[in-house]
Amino acid sequence: MKLSFSPEDEQFREEIAGWLKDNLRGEFEQLKFRGGPGDEHMFPEERKAWEQKLAEGKWTCVGWPKEYGGRGLPIEQQVIFFEEYARSGAPGRVGHIGEGLAGPTIIAFGSEKQKQKYLPGIVAGTELWCQGYSEPGAGSDLANVKTKARFDEAKGKWIINGQKVWTSLAHESDFCFVIARTDPDSKAHKGLGFFLIKMDQPGVTVRPIEQITGTSEFNEVFFDDAECDAEDIVGEPGDGWKVAMGLLGYERGVSTLGQQMAFKNELDQVVALAKENGAAQDPVMRQRIADLYLRLKIMRYNSMRMLSDDAGDGSLQKEALIYKLYWATWHRDLGELAVDVQGEAGQVLEAEPYELTRLQSLYLFVRSDTIYGGTNQVQRNIIAERGLGMPREPKW
Amino acid sequence: MDFVFTEEQQMIRDTAESFLAQVSTSEAVRQAMESESGFDPELWQKICAEMYWQAIHIPEDFGGMGLGYVELVAMMEQMGRYLLCAPFFSTVCLGVNTLLLSASDEQKAEYLGAICEGSLTATLAYCGARGGREAGAVTATYREQDGGFVLSGDCSFVVDGMSADLLLIAAREEGSLGENGLSLFAVAADAEGLQRSKLPVLDQTRKMASLTFNQLKLEKSALLGDQGAAWPVLDRVLDLASIALAAEQMGGSQQLLDSTVEYTKERVQFNRPIASFQSIKHKAADMMLRVEAARSAVYYAACVADEALQGGPLAEELTEAASIAKAYCSDAYFKNAGEAMQMHGGVGFTWEYDVHLYFKRAKASEHMLGNAAYHRERLAHVVLD
Repeated sequence: MKLSFSPEDEQFREEIAGWLKDNLRGEFEQLKFRGGPGDEHMFPEERKAWEQKLAEGKWTCVGWPKEYGGRGLPIEQQVIFFEEYARSGAPGRVGHIGEGLAGPTIIAFGSEKQKQKYLPGIVAGTELWCQGYSEPGAGSDLANVKTKARFDEAKGKWIINGQKVWTSLAHESDFCFVIARTDPDSKAHKGLGFFLIKMDQPGVTVRPIEQITGTSEFNEVFFDDAECDAEDIVGEPGDGWKVAMGLLGYERGVSTLGQQMAFKNELDQVVALAKENGAAQDPVMRQRIADLYLRLKIMRYNSMRMLSDDAGDGSLQKEALIYKLYWATWHRDLGELAVDVQGEAGQVLEAEPYELTRLQSLYLFVRSDTIYGGTNQVQRNIIAERGLGMPREPKW
Repeated sequence: MDFVFTEEQQMIRDTAESFLAQVSTSEAVRQAMESESGFDPELWQKICAEMYWQAIHIPEDFGGMGLGYVELVAMMEQMGRYLLCAPFFSTVCLGVNTLLLSASDEQKAEYLGAICEGSLTATLAYCGARGGREAGAVTATYREQDGGFVLSGDCSFVVDGMSADLLLIAAREEGSLGENGLSLFAVAADAEGLQRSKLPVLDQTRKMASLTFNQLKLEKSALLGDQGAAWPVLDRVLDLASIALAAEQMGGSQQLLDSTVEYTKERVQFNRPIASFQSIKHKAADMMLRVEAARSAVYYAACVADEALQGGPLAEELTEAASIAKAYCSDAYFKNAGEAMQMHGGVGFTWEYDVHLYFKRAKASEHMLGNAAYHRERLAHVVLD
């Protein structure tokens, strides 16, 4: 076991830290520490401009292979990139779904034509993506997708009908990757296709969902005879589930370390507040703060194991299987602490009619963390079945 | 960055596992725990002679294997899994660490040499009858007399205190308080004026004793390190020992998970294995989460301990890493033990099944070297004050 970074890695750290310091200023100063979960609706235009600023410096898609416009960075330097990015307070990436999910899927499963058509826009930070998986009847039971894709021979296009839900950034996005049923008689994970759909067309309607925060980061997306070019299905009809699941490994990649730096920024805010208002003297609060502090540290150690312990076959090791359950539960506890540390004052709004303080927003938004991307309950089933070999529930 | 075992470390781990699976069976553990010393001396001699575990991180200059803390931790994890009853934790994790950090080269040559030979076991005695992990817990006192020292008072909760050949004792100068005036002494078990009493405890797999010092006279040469300045050394020793203990706790947590999952796959109720019920699966998933998080905490802390002993930038994280590991693993072990008992149902409440042995070890280890709340407060102090 060896935990230190090489001198080249440390030099790289200086390079990215320096670039961020030189560029996260002026018009971008206001974006510091903004646009994260619970705050994704803020400054969309400015954050799009920031995305292109990053691209100018070649700081988008740093882990992608060079042939697709990335930097092909080794794992250690990707870790450093995400850590320094979060440390600098640079804003939540509007391009993260394209860079982290759509792009890697297209690289892994897409045609040459799809790569040429879509990857440059992601690298340049000019084209944004959203994810069309969940539906009103397909939440935890994701394979129960009802959205239909029918191939229209006359038009030579796929015609999409159905509804997606919990689509973040849909209203800002240029494209959506969608799983839809290509075989109308199929069930569950069979007979699905994976489609790359243009958002700006008559058949696509986006409607924001008003959340418990009073704000809207998530949307419903309706497809009414929406069209998708024949060449924009990834893989063959029927491959959709395989392609969609191929993405899951990417969601647990190096960007988790960046997420943790953002978590640390949030915890630091709570600590600062506790020191200011005297909660830091309360023995119970001290225990809770220390507990979150140490569990965040362990989250980092766990990610380091995850990165070192890659079997190389896309399978998840045990430390990766627990990751979602671990961070979501941690974040929910942090949100709770963030208001508890303030006592009664934590109940007072920033402004009428319902403008929340940053910490109130955190407190409410984190309730979604243990639900989206596989609820805590589903995560526990996955851990028990894949990690411990416990039998599935009998069907009924 | 390479946060996985090297091939050699993996081999050490695997060897420990297969050896312990043979020698530290449930039957062997039960025999050992019924015995006066709490371990089988023949097995200990076999470990010393054939496995050379007692010498794992003693430098080669003193006859040891000169390996690091990661290797030590890999073995402790397996000892925790198999509930090994042996004076390893006391001799190596408490004794050797104390000697490494405090003893002169001459003292090291004598004591570490004997430990390597398998002819000496050791332990550390530091807290008084009220227990505790902080400097103020040291209540035994010493005064200078005739060019040597005289010890009075007592130490309690001394691991393997009845069987250890060498007692490393922390005492404070008469009239001193807190972190001031602490010294460490090496005292032979048969020293005149030393009275050892067995302390009967809930966890029968690890024996405890209390020591009383009746004007115990020591030569100047019994002093380890600088007189009156032992607290920083003792503090580091306790941190190093905590990391090893955390590894043992993690191994125990893993074993509880494995045996419980195995049991629930076999146990049939309502015409199906109870492992197919989500209420059981979710508990097991939480147990695995705790084990894996504990593992990450322990391995990281082991890397830190390595650098604390051999130099490196991570050395300064010792306090933090030890408290993180000890706090998390203490909770994880006890929670897993409680859940294991619950999931075993009625048989988990019987003497025959091993769950209660782990359940008892978990609580004893939790309170040893500072419990979770103590270590969280230590972290809170760094973060908040």
